[in-house]
Amino acid sequence: MDLAEKIKTLVPGAEYVESGDGLWKIPSEKLHDFAKALKDELHFDFLRSLTGTDCGEEGFGVVYHVEATDSGRQIVFKSVTPGREKCELPTVSDIWKAAEMNEREVYDYFGVEFLNHPDMRRLYLRDDWEGYPLRKDYDMDKTREINPIRMNNEVASDDSPSYELDERGNFIRKRHVIFDNDEYVINIGPQHPATHGVLRFRVSLEGEIIKKLDVHCGYIHRGIEKMCESLTYPQTLALTDRLDYLGAQQNRHALCMCIEKGLGVEVSDRVKYIRTIMDELQRIDSHLLFFSCLCMDMGALTAFFYGFRDREKVLDIFEETCGGRLIMNYNTIGGVQADIHPNFVRRVKDFIKYMRPTLREYHEVFTGNVIAQTRLKGVGVLKREDAISFGTTGGTGRASGWACDVRKRHPYGVYDKVDFKEIVFGEGDCFARYMVRMKEIEESLNIIEQLIDNIPEGEYQLKMKPVIRIPEGTYYSAVEGSRGEFGVFIESKGDKYPYRLKFRSTGLPLVSCMDTICRGAKIADLIAIGGTLDYVVPDIDR
Amino acid sequence: MFDFSIVTSWIHGVLTSVMPVGVAVFIECILVGVCLLLAYAIIAIIMIFMERKVCAAFQCRLGPMRVGPQGTIQVFADVIKMLIKEIIVIRHSDKFLYNLAPYVVILASILAFACLPVNKGMEILDFNVGVFFLMAASSIGIVGILLAGWSSNNKYSLIGAMRSGAQMISYELSIGLSILTIVVLTDTMQFSEIVARQADGWFIFKGHIPAIIAFVIYLIAGNAEVNRGPFDLPEAESELTAGYHTEYSGMHFGLFYVAEFVNLFIIAGVAATIFLGGWMPLHISGLDGFNAVMDYIPGFVWFFAKAFFVVWLLMWIKWTFPRLRIDQILTLEWKYLVPIGLCNLLLMVICVVFGWHF
Amino acid sequence: MKKPVIKSIPYEEFNNNDYLERMVKQLRENGTNVVLGCLDDVINWGRSNSLWPLTFATSCCGIEFMAVGAARYDFARFGFEVTRASPRQADFIMVAGTITDKMAPVLKRLYDQMADPKYVVAVGGCAISGGPFKKSYHVVNGVDKILPVDVYIPGCPPRPEAMLYGLMQLQRKVKLEKFFGGANKQMSYKEYEKLMEKDLTADKNELNVEQPDMSK
Repeated sequence: MDLAEKIKTLVPGAEYVESGDGLWKIPSEKLHDFAKALKDELHFDFLRSLTGTDCGEEGFGVVYHVEATDSGRQIVFKSVTPGREKCELPTVSDIWKAAEMNEREVYDYFGVEFLNHPDMRRLYLRDDWEGYPLRKDYDMDKTREINPIRMNNEVASDDSPSYELDERGNFIRKRHVIFDNDEYVINIGPQHPATHGVLRFRVSLEGEIIKKLDVHCGYIHRGIEKMCESLTYPQTLALTDRLDYLGAQQNRHALCMCIEKGLGVEVSDRVKYIRTIMDELQRIDSHLLFFSCLCMDMGALTAFFYGFRDREKVLDIFEETCGGRLIMNYNTIGGVQADIHPNFVRRVKDFIKYMRPTLREYHEVFTGNVIAQTRLKGVGVLKREDAISFGTTGGTGRASGWACDVRKRHPYGVYDKVDFKEIVFGEGDCFARYMVRMKEIEESLNIIEQLIDNIPEGEYQLKMKPVIRIPEGTYYSAVEGSRGEFGVFIESKGDKYPYRLKFRSTGLPLVSCMDTICRGAKIADLIAIGGTLDYVVPDIDR
Repeated sequence: MFDFSIVTSWIHGVLTSVMPVGVAVFIECILVGVCLLLAYAIIAIIMIFMERKVCAAFQCRLGPMRVGPQGTIQVFADVIKMLIKEIIVIRHSDKFLYNLAPYVVILASILAFACLPVNKGMEILDFNVGVFFLMAASSIGIVGILLAGWSSNNKYSLIGAMRSGAQMISYELSIGLSILTIVVLTDTMQFSEIVARQADGWFIFKGHIPAIIAFVIYLIAGNAEVNRGPFDLPEAESELTAGYHTEYSGMHFGLFYVAEFVNLFIIAGVAATIFLGGWMPLHISGLDGFNAVMDYIPGFVWFFAKAFFVVWLLMWIKWTFPRLRIDQILTLEWKYLVPIGLCNLLLMVICVVFGWHF
Repeated sequence: MKKPVIKSIPYEEFNNNDYLERMVKQLRENGTNVVLGCLDDVINWGRSNSLWPLTFATSCCGIEFMAVGAARYDFARFGFEVTRASPRQADFIMVAGTITDKMAPVLKRLYDQMADPKYVVAVGGCAISGGPFKKSYHVVNGVDKILPVDVYIPGCPPRPEAMLYGLMQLQRKVKLEKFFGGANKQMSYKEYEKLMEKDLTADKNELNVEQPDMSK
């Protein structure tokens, strides 16, 4: 394996840990050079996921999942801080822009200070929050005493701290100015009709033109990852549906897949078919909601109602089989909750027949409209390199010309058996992002059409042990969610509880690229960009 | 044709027979004022109800259904609620201007409303520069909106007000040009005269091509003038929460809300008066029987039918089109509508000079 | 006993009627003036039929809230037509979704910005008690810790029908209120004065700083 040799030559101290998916351990002082070499020499340009973990006595670790977009090679490596007290690591945010937000997240959770990171503010929690919640020694019993609900209004600071080391190894704390005193800063959100939930932007304006944008997350940070650490594996499933409620099936699919991978369980073909169909229905549901909300944000209210009218039809199908409209709780470890309803096949076919002409109606009502076209075309252009660097997977990445579909890159379910096109546009503007999603509805219909008649007989639920324990190791698996790669990272110590469970948010990369693509656009464009990026806030904040 | 001046002169006669002329005129003024406000309120209620039902129909919904048969008295419930809702006083705002602004807007709207000739002999303000007065009166509304945005001490309001100012001042121009086109054709600015000249054919037919162009420009500009979609930037809900009236609550907000709808009616009413013959019935030369039947329909029915038709057109546009962006709005006005309007005016002048109109 | 009438749903078909009856009894303890009582009825009719929601949603329940407004369920039929984005113009706030610690002051502020009379509807498990996230370190266990809640709609998320039912419960509650006599004011005039005074002296970013009593 030449990659292994290459790594050995790059970092002599690197060692390979085989448990689970396997990962490379890189000494923290070599981390930055190693990452740079990976990016420049081996073209590992896509940072899939960045996870902080608590390594006990050793300190705090950060696990990097990196992939090369041209060759599809992957590498997982981990680096541990020098100690629990001295928790600092070099930043990789200058190499992969995706790391910028993720490192802030790690700082927020574990207090790991990333050297030379330009913006070391907390990402989710308030600045006056005490302690770091995901550290194992954070006292959850006393959390309400340490951190009561603070009802005073949050003060938004106009500068951000950063940490650097000088030549002699001294720690320097610097302050970066985000907004000058004389800038006209308006606050959009957290309660604002166009932010699709409770995201908050602080926007510096020059007339109507946006000069700079600062994203504040965390208004719906529910601490799901911490909660999962005290839940058994089947219990953790309940929370995934509530992450990205428009990708409930897919999220749960990802978690189930990851647990099944850890257990070494192979589900039956019937389950795979059902899961794939459900994922695609969910994708249609999500994209219809995307269409509706985009139209509403742009002021075309009638189209909003059209989208919702048709979305109800998908929800009816879900309801019949799963029992829920939004939160389905359908996938389970080793199968699905219940077999498909006898009406399922017929209703899905009816829906496909109904949806195709309706899509044309959408195009007539909105896509073809000259105002819609001028509002969307050429606005908020995200370049391909930026898309990869930020890790904006899903429709946003594909609109920028990056073929990042997990269904093609790492097929799961029965996606390797169906014939479907990966929709890729090159413009990277709002209109391309919009069109990618509209075309994906058609593709999803195609996929379902190919599968719906061929669902094989078989068990819908494997018999599982009452107590599920995953062997020690780290596991990562990903699905193509409605709005990008949704990954699950499990670090297990062989317990019935996960030691660390991390969800690769589909939305976090999307908001992290907002500042880049919004500069120079107008306020009205911000709405169009936010609408076409199609993020779901609870999925960002988790 | 029913002439409302019979009624007014009868009232005048009765009053002067029992009291001196000065007192009679004073009482008449009060009477007219009360009627005007009443009509204003009724129109507002009808408009709001119509808006809800029309938009519901476009959106595959039912709209208000429970309050009264088919939801007909829904708006009354809204009015009662609005009247008793708390009016919030904002700290750090300019209190005088803040409280004044909604009244400026509503005053402008009522003044403009008074200009509409509803029926023969039923004009309230009717003098030789009526068109001029209408435009002057209706543009006072911009001041109200700017004041509202400025005095609220809110950044959204301010942006909304600035957008509104830029937009309304620009589109005033197009409205003026398109009305001027018809004034060229009629050589009068008095509303009653304008309607009277359409007895033998509405101006949209008499003025053919230039009149139709002017009508279209008027509709677009009129829509923008009253801040309705696709030109509803000043209060763009998804961008600026509620634009210039973000900080207004209770009846102050209600006044803005009402003024917006009546302004829409005024725009439609002026379109009906100037282009579609006002209260003049539809006459087709040669079909005398048909014309006679049409004459039996009272003038105000004709007027309201035409006005509400135009309102319906504008609502259709509002609920279908996405919103424009501020630069696109200004481009549309200054690069397209104004030049076209100017050329159209020239075209109309040529038509009139050579007598190429009907 | 005054019974609030909701068109085409009989009084008996609602749950929690005893709660409403208790409320009526409390409100009418000292009797009702004939004239003011009639005026109250008119006002309550208007208010209950024209409750405008604030567009506020934090998570999953918000999507169902949108579905309630959309074509199939269409709450415009009952007069909840105009969702206002500005809290000043809204009548009630649907707390749809989890309220986190970071959001709590924002929500409180939104509530304070609303004009009286105002109501709060807690939608879904998260808003009622913290729901599935009760044990989290960053979730408010029930929005009633920070706001006075009028109606609770359970579910995760509640179905649109449940939301309509809950909204009608709110209507019934509004129909029983007394506008005259200040029975609805959630605080006395003196408290209000005190708050206003504090407001005027507070710094820009420290308005309404009041630690909620977590022991309750």
